Amino acid sequence: MTEKKAMKSQEAPEFKKLEIQGNTYLTTYTRKYENRKNWTKADPKKVMSFIPGTIRQVLVKEGDVVETTDKLLVLEAMKMMNSIYPPAHGRIKSILVNVGDRVPKGALMIEFE
Amino acid sequence: MAIKKQIQELQKRREEVQMGGGEKAIEKQEAMGKMTARNRIKALLDPDSFQEYDMFVQHEARDFEMAKKVLHGDGVVIGSGTISGQPVCIFAQDFTVAGGSLGLMHSRKITKIMDHALKMKVPLIGINDSGGARIQEGVNSLAGYGEIFFRNTISSGVIPQISVILGPCAGGAVYSPALTDYVFVVENISKMFITGPEVIKTVLGEEISMEDLGGARVHSEITGNAHFYALTEAACFSQIKKLLSLIPANNDRKADILPTRQPKPDFRIGEIVPDDPSLPYDVRNVVRAIVDDSDFFEIQENWAANLVIGFGRMNGETCGFVCNQPLVLAGVLDVDSSDKAARFIRYCDAFNIPIITLVDLPGYLPGVDQEHAGVIRHGAKILYAYSEATVPKLTVILRKAYGGGYIAMGSRHLRADFVFAWPTAEVAVMGPEGAANIIFRKEIMEAENPDEMRQLKVKEYKEKFANPYVAASKGYIDSVIAPEETRNILLHAIEVSGEKSVFLPRKKHGIPPF
Repeated sequence: MTEKKAMKSQEAPEFKKLEIQGNTYLTTYTRKYENRKNWTKADPKKVMSFIPGTIRQVLVKEGDVVETTDKLLVLEAMKMMNSIYPPAHGRIKSILVNVGDRVPKGALMIEFE
Repeated sequence: MAIKKQIQELQKRREEVQMGGGEKAIEKQEAMGKMTARNRIKALLDPDSFQEYDMFVQHEARDFEMAKKVLHGDGVVIGSGTISGQPVCIFAQDFTVAGGSLGLMHSRKITKIMDHALKMKVPLIGINDSGGARIQEGVNSLAGYGEIFFRNTISSGVIPQISVILGPCAGGAVYSPALTDYVFVVENISKMFITGPEVIKTVLGEEISMEDLGGARVHSEITGNAHFYALTEAACFSQIKKLLSLIPANNDRKADILPTRQPKPDFRIGEIVPDDPSLPYDVRNVVRAIVDDSDFFEIQENWAANLVIGFGRMNGETCGFVCNQPLVLAGVLDVDSSDKAARFIRYCDAFNIPIITLVDLPGYLPGVDQEHAGVIRHGAKILYAYSEATVPKLTVILRKAYGGGYIAMGSRHLRADFVFAWPTAEVAVMGPEGAANIIFRKEIMEAENPDEMRQLKVKEYKEKFANPYVAASKGYIDSVIAPEETRNILLHAIEVSGEKSVFLPRKKHGIPPF
């Protein structure tokens, strides 16, 4: 049995490659490794939901020019009314949520120009 | 005789309580493929060894018409008995009685048996099958959970605590198992989560089944909350018995020593590991080639499988094995495998079990997800656990031991008592390709044929440094040994470490990177 296993690794048809510090290894992946999310840089022009919840208020409209102190939305999550403010001064290009919408975490809610 | 009548009365009362929630509820329980609480205890303990306590305990709740409700045993069975002759304390929640919900008296029964277990210094087994807090009892059920968590914590490292999840275990209730040493789960039966599918659906609009959210497979493979996974309750009980045979009853003792048995001849240690460090193999076969009867009892087999942990006997004495697994993710260290190794090392240290480390790793898993998940603080747990452990620590470097991974995996520098290396060992700051690219960057760039030069330099580096002799020349490795010599040299090392004592500075406790 042991020999069989060693033989298998010599042929290694089902093994995958993993590169660590310039060296390439034959191995297998775990499900968790295969399902890992690729990192993307946050876009400052996009306001995303930081927690899943329900939109309770929309206080701006498309085309509005807002400051960082102007409240955009109220997102209710875990019994808390979370006020959402803009990341920077700017003009709102589009609003993608309506009052009553349930949004998952990381959903695009408002986009700036 | 008057007493006869009283004994009949006792018998009648006992029988009533033993029916739990009644025939219908028992039928329902069995239809779900689940045993009743008392049958579970019977199946797990030695025949006729179980003594039940607090059978006639009744709840005292008065709100919400609870006064009218009779809940036999208040939904939990407690007692003591033996497993393979070894005394244990046990509680089993009875789902047939009010869904095994936890009220004040229910929790008092559990804490009573927990106190017994700690006082008598015997293992505690908890069988969880409960809908959660008994809402009618309000803050009293929360108090009950808190009292249980406190005892779990105080008993930790003194007596073994085993949690068996044989039904739902949701909300705050999950924290008792999480505080115990070993969690056993069974396919289709175990369900563990903080927030259930219904709440997730109403609050978040995400639809997921109980099984996909917190079933046996999820906790054995994804979360690492469970240590042992079985297809049936019967198989789960066999695993518990096997585990108990390998560990001591408390932290003052050593595990029972059995007669020595040789490893099976089919595991030929010299033929398992390929010479080429980039080729995979199953490190568990190396363990099997070393331990008595080739019997390796693996823990958390399916979670963070790039690192293998478990128990095996050496000359009859239980040892804990910590091994890189080149078969999975090349055997790298990462967030999960660091947590897995560190906790197991601390377990072995708490219960006087020598640690044997088999090393073959290329380093840490690269990736933004790993860095952002805190691989620094998780990886530090291994360094902490090895450094702090005072049980005998024996290390065998089979093949690669590069960079930080070399230090982390039970190196001399973290106070391994003995470090051995096979002739195939490569102890170096990094793999030959990476190292040559950095050290000879200029030569390679300026060469007429850079690829050729790179190959040449890699070869040069390999010859000079990809071996165990540089580390051996500095005394970081005690002996370079042939694979066939491994078992005997480890047996010798365990023998001479029998009376090991280490004095650490006095402190209340350290601050490990939790």
